[in-house]
Amino acid sequence: MESARGLRVLLGVLTAAVLAFIYLPIVLIVVYAFNINRVPTWPPAGLTLEWFGRAAQSAEVRSALALSLEAAIGATLVALVLGTLAAFAVHRFRFFGRETVSFLVILPIALPGIVTGIALATAFRTFGVQLGLLTIIVGHATFCVVTVYNNALARLRRTARSYEEASMDLGADTWQTFRHVTFPNLRTALLAGGLLAFALSFDEVIVTLLVAGPQQTLPIWIFNNYLRPNQAPVVNVVAVVAIALSVIPVYLASRLSSEATGVPR
Amino acid sequence: MTSGAEPIRPSFARRLATALYRRPRLQLGLLLAPPVGALVIAYLGSLALLLVNAFWRFDAFTGSVVTTPTLDNFSQIVTTSVFRDVAVRTILTAAAVTVTDALVAFPMAYFMARVAPRRTRNVLLVAVVLPLWSGYLVKVYAWRLILLNDGFADSVLAPFGLHGPGLSQISAWIVFSYLWLPYMILPIYAGLERIPGSLLEASGDLGARAVTTFRRVILPLTLPAVVAGSIFTFSLTLGDYVTPRLVAGGTQFIGNVVYDNIGVVGNVPLAAAYATVPILVMLVYLLLARRTGAFESL
Repeated sequence: MESARGLRVLLGVLTAAVLAFIYLPIVLIVVYAFNINRVPTWPPAGLTLEWFGRAAQSAEVRSALALSLEAAIGATLVALVLGTLAAFAVHRFRFFGRETVSFLVILPIALPGIVTGIALATAFRTFGVQLGLLTIIVGHATFCVVTVYNNALARLRRTARSYEEASMDLGADTWQTFRHVTFPNLRTALLAGGLLAFALSFDEVIVTLLVAGPQQTLPIWIFNNYLRPNQAPVVNVVAVVAIALSVIPVYLASRLSSEATGVPR
Repeated sequence: MTSGAEPIRPSFARRLATALYRRPRLQLGLLLAPPVGALVIAYLGSLALLLVNAFWRFDAFTGSVVTTPTLDNFSQIVTTSVFRDVAVRTILTAAAVTVTDALVAFPMAYFMARVAPRRTRNVLLVAVVLPLWSGYLVKVYAWRLILLNDGFADSVLAPFGLHGPGLSQISAWIVFSYLWLPYMILPIYAGLERIPGSLLEASGDLGARAVTTFRRVILPLTLPAVVAGSIFTFSLTLGDYVTPRLVAGGTQFIGNVVYDNIGVVGNVPLAAAYATVPILVMLVYLLLARRTGAFESL
């Protein structure tokens, strides 16, 4: 069945409308960040870079940015190690409970965010763990493992084992085969998974608010300041920075690896 | 494995590699122990502790938790109308968001999968993936600015004599639908792309009109994908307390009640008991979803 021409045009128009709907709020926040007015009126009264300077001078904003970066890097590294190991185990071996591993990895992101958040918060409180960078990293890593795991597993499944067998037959041991055959093939998938983990961590607020204690990541800073009228323009600037720092890694990931988009291309 | 007449004693790394190669179970154990250990201890352990907490009791006078097993929290949740109302409101909102997203996502996913040329399709895919992974709080905050009194929505609608929904339950529905839309578009797109063109041709050749082909061929084949997307839209709505706080203007959802109890009041047992509501809803939902074959579409 070939869709009728009128229907195709209609679908195209609907797609453009949905796309506009998706991007409108993001464009709007970028415009507001340059708005000369302190209150977010539409249309903007004029454009200025003043608020960017204010944000850059704020010690609170700078330390929130630093904490967000530290947490995201930490969570990404943990996720890379754990996700890769799990992907290899599931791909290479047949064992009892193999399906459960996938389930276990997906669970932290499949269950509602508040559940993950208060479960971890309760555990930290019970065992007297001081809330801070470390607990943020643990919290983020639990739901970041899945991005690395999915990307690595998809790549492993698409790769023929014969390359590794050839390498072994030619006398390479497990390490040499990993270094010269397996890893180079896996590299972009791991990088893409890592970038997604970074974005996921950098962006997270629902779990983070519960496990960060008095510490402020960039999203938490926005959450704590959005009600303060005199901070409004700076909040807009921080919002633009926050979205840029999570969009860029996701964009890079989508360029690096078709698996990263979650759909075959 | 070995090259026979090797005169030099192999290095430690090489001997270790050989030893591991001969013991696949040990290899498996070493691969699995860190990720499974970490997730079981840190995540499942925390969940178990949360469930145990639900059966403890918070003493408001001393401000401490009494660790005698009791069903008080659950009976309080079932008998208090506020708790029931909030749960029902949250679940109905999640359902409304899911239906809205399915309806909005389908035409776009169809265009991407079956109409758009390859290059356009790839651009659209990236355009959908970017907001899926990034800027959650920023988008909610942007919507707050849009919906606020005299904000963008009011300004744009004013010439038509209309005004926006303000900060309300309707706004929560709009913003949730907005936030989780990409989670619905991608699985439906993947599901539509998997349908062989020959099936649609066969349906047409057998005399079915476009509407019939859609209803009898396309829809049944993409249902698992829609259900897969709905797992996200449902779960994400159930577990969110930030979006209602910013855009719902005081309307409470399950997440808010849980968050306020653990944060402001410090009543962890009650928060834990109330958190079992979304857990139970999701377990039932996942069991139903599995029967449609949605897990293969995730």
